[in-house]
Amino acid sequence: MTEVSVAKEDVAATGDLVVLKSVNKHFGALHVLQDIDLTIARGEVVVVIGPSGSGKSTLCRAINRLETIDSGTIAIDGKPLPQEGKALARLRADVGMVFQSFNLFAHKTVLENVMLGQLKVRKMDKKQAEEKARGLLDRVGVANQADKYPAQLSGGQQQRVAIARALAMDPKVMLFDEPTSALDPEMINEVLEVMQQLARDGMTMIVVTHEMGFARSAANRVVFMADGRIVEEAVPDQFFSNPRSDRAKDFLSKILHH
Amino acid sequence: MTVKLTILSAVGSLIWGTLLAAMRVSPVPLMRGFGTAYVNIVRNIPLTVIIVFASLGLSDVFGMTMGAADDFDTQSFRLAVLGFVVYTAAFVCEAIRSGINTVPVGQAEAARAIGLTFSQILGHIILPQAFRSVIGPLANVLIALTKNTTVAAAIGVAEAALLMKEMIENEAQTLAIGAVFALGFVVLTLPTGLILGWLSKRLAVKR
Repeated sequence: MTEVSVAKEDVAATGDLVVLKSVNKHFGALHVLQDIDLTIARGEVVVVIGPSGSGKSTLCRAINRLETIDSGTIAIDGKPLPQEGKALARLRADVGMVFQSFNLFAHKTVLENVMLGQLKVRKMDKKQAEEKARGLLDRVGVANQADKYPAQLSGGQQQRVAIARALAMDPKVMLFDEPTSALDPEMINEVLEVMQQLARDGMTMIVVTHEMGFARSAANRVVFMADGRIVEEAVPDQFFSNPRSDRAKDFLSKILHH
Repeated sequence: MTVKLTILSAVGSLIWGTLLAAMRVSPVPLMRGFGTAYVNIVRNIPLTVIIVFASLGLSDVFGMTMGAADDFDTQSFRLAVLGFVVYTAAFVCEAIRSGINTVPVGQAEAARAIGLTFSQILGHIILPQAFRSVIGPLANVLIALTKNTTVAAAIGVAEAALLMKEMIENEAQTLAIGAVFALGFVVLTLPTGLILGWLSKRLAVKR
């Protein structure tokens, strides 16, 4: 696949891809992000975990400005996030996003979903876009569903299409906002496998998830959030076997022993 | 004349109503304000007042002739279309806006996330889905419009109601003529409702 080689070239050009500096956000009285500092290097896979309400989804959505922030800075590939408008749209095109609820365009076929961004944002010609879309659908294992509508697919298939749709834009970084949380258990693995493959191919990924297995096997770094703060950052082995903070120990004891 | 009046007004009000709906959801406060003010003012004015104003106010006072200064009938017809478009667009706008509200927020978020601009999101993602969910309500608006065209009789457009009035004056067969015209309108509006009802089922977006 061509996307793979592109991603690998990006790895070669080292440097920090996503940089958050003292980011703060409030939802009314709730201080949902408190002085977040986070740097993600090119090619790095960062998994964000933490109890619900800890601000991890908000953090993920703030990176492509689906959520605005109150103070602090977020920069992607050296450029600070623009305000609304065309500049922001251009930046978002370079940041792939996969949602918990898939959010495939319900009135378009699977193939059209994957082609839309290429046609309207990248201004690719139709033939090229279709070729690339079919290639990506093949890569995520749903090539035979190309002409169906999203509602005709299972959740796992829809989410893989959503990943293909994001990949079609050749993103510099991929954001995953709890990509498996809305799936039936037997469909979680098919999505995780696609994500594993993506991680191995060198894509820069920020993944908010409750899948500890994925965090262990695919992450370069685990970021543990609680109450709007980053409590702990560590490599997965160290984090899961020997967490430093009490908050993380408490969290892990609750999810790992049953 | 009734049919021609209805079709032209329907097309005009669909276009203008869609633009108004786009204004009402746009990120620009000035446009939102204009859209809201327009809808709230126009839909609360009786249609007769709008049509009579279009004729007397626009043509007589402001000298607006719609490119047909010499031909009074054509001028009245065009002013009537203008009046119907202005009036019906307010209802079309509200129907479409309610349709926009049925489209899940996630659709727009996903569209933003792949880098589409506001107008692209509206044109490719939101409005196509919104339209499909409001075909039913739009059929109501269209049927109301068909019947509202009778108001154009007030400014001398030769549509069905004016024709009926003249026939009754000439023939004195009040009941029979009334029934024929009522039936005529049912023949126009019933298929409209049925066809659009069928379309709305066929085009419904499955989620």
